[in-house]
Amino acid sequence: MGRYDFWAYRRANGRVGIRNHVVILPLDDLSNAAAEAVANNIKGTLALPHAYGRLQFGEDLELHFRTLIGTGSNPNVAACVIIGIEPGWTGRVVDGIAKTGKPVVGIAIEGQGDISAIAAASRKAKEFVQWASEKQRELCSIEELFISAKCGESDTTSGLASCPTVGNLIDKLDPLKATTCFGETSELTGAELVCASRAATKEVGERFLQVFRAYQEVIERHKTSDLSESQPTKGNIAGGLTTIEEKAFGNLQKIGRKTKFIDVLKPAEAPAKGPGLYYMDTSSAAAECVTLQAAAGFVVHLFPTGQGNVIGNPIEPVIKLTANPKTARTMSEHIDLDVSGILRREMTLDEAGDKLIEIMLRTCNGRLTCAEALGHREFVMTKLYQSA
Amino acid sequence: MATHFIVHDKADTVGVVVVEDLKPGEELTGWIMETDETITLRSQDAVPLGHKIALGEIKSGETILKYGHDVGRAVADIGEGRHVHVHNMKTKRW
Repeated sequence: MGRYDFWAYRRANGRVGIRNHVVILPLDDLSNAAAEAVANNIKGTLALPHAYGRLQFGEDLELHFRTLIGTGSNPNVAACVIIGIEPGWTGRVVDGIAKTGKPVVGIAIEGQGDISAIAAASRKAKEFVQWASEKQRELCSIEELFISAKCGESDTTSGLASCPTVGNLIDKLDPLKATTCFGETSELTGAELVCASRAATKEVGERFLQVFRAYQEVIERHKTSDLSESQPTKGNIAGGLTTIEEKAFGNLQKIGRKTKFIDVLKPAEAPAKGPGLYYMDTSSAAAECVTLQAAAGFVVHLFPTGQGNVIGNPIEPVIKLTANPKTARTMSEHIDLDVSGILRREMTLDEAGDKLIEIMLRTCNGRLTCAEALGHREFVMTKLYQSA
Repeated sequence: MATHFIVHDKADTVGVVVVEDLKPGEELTGWIMETDETITLRSQDAVPLGHKIALGEIKSGETILKYGHDVGRAVADIGEGRHVHVHNMKTKRW
């Protein structure tokens, strides 16, 4: 057994998952009630209610489908029941997930009503959950692991220690061919040129800058002031962060000191260039970003926090670390790893990175994160513009 | 010896207080991570945990350096050992 091997579920398409969820996925807001009823009927299944899926169009609709299909396709999901108001778009999500080879079925509500749809979906969900419960973990290696990172309620301790701890992990695992991801386009403002210089090629760096500039145009178009209290957030400011530039340099510590990013992904787009670090165009809102990364196939998430963001995700375990000693003390039930020792010079960054690898592999082997134990299941779809 | 504040980069003009309940007039020990140097400073404000402290005199309009990079500008004169935050520092963006 290798130093970084872990026990996980190998899916029909060869990808590796660290959880074994049977998901009841609504296509649209109207189908949330039925999905939740099914998850209530059949123990061990998980409904993922959300707010959208009606009258979206263009790139926004494509993102909706990419997020739903990607969520169902994530290797942490063993099987999937899709419930939609009508069969057409429901079938599109089913067909997308079916490409992974995992069990998936679609049920439409129109023509039969909620009660009949819930009964049919419950029968399939029961079949799936019993099938999934017999799956066994097998030994997997680090090059099969997809790891995402995003920080939240950051403060200056994030830039000093918890984000660099994630960076240390990425610098150690990138040569071992792990697949990793960072995002948060708006929170690179001020550090965008330094970020672009970390692209593996000039072309990738230029594509990053194009995405960055497009996001700035969105902000310029909609802002009413200087984004005070939105970026940085009230929590960031309470924690000592004054400007977006300062926050951005702290954020960028998550990609380490030497790892280069090899591609630019659209929101929820799966990596396709093999192992390495990927940049994904995402919002900096925690739940939106992690939902997009999970939909792109990332199975374990690293989340540095300063002031104590409590986020979780229903299908991708979120591991929280903090370097803020006050947060580690006052919000300890949310913190999987306390690296505040770095600030007291009792722990080196290298030691913190090793500890994070250790807790990550334990999480991969099945240890519940704080967010999982506390029931944090924030599933938040990104919406690009108004519906038709 | 306790470390009261940490500085990312030798070129930085601010450090980050990493202890709770700092009071004005305290003799502080700081650690520059980049060069692993120890420096000292006298606090002039009760700077909270995680907040910035000026490492020297910063004039209004001057760029403030952290991580060795431009992270904003001073909008008031800031004395050595003073608290640096939204009351005397602003973004250059947005």
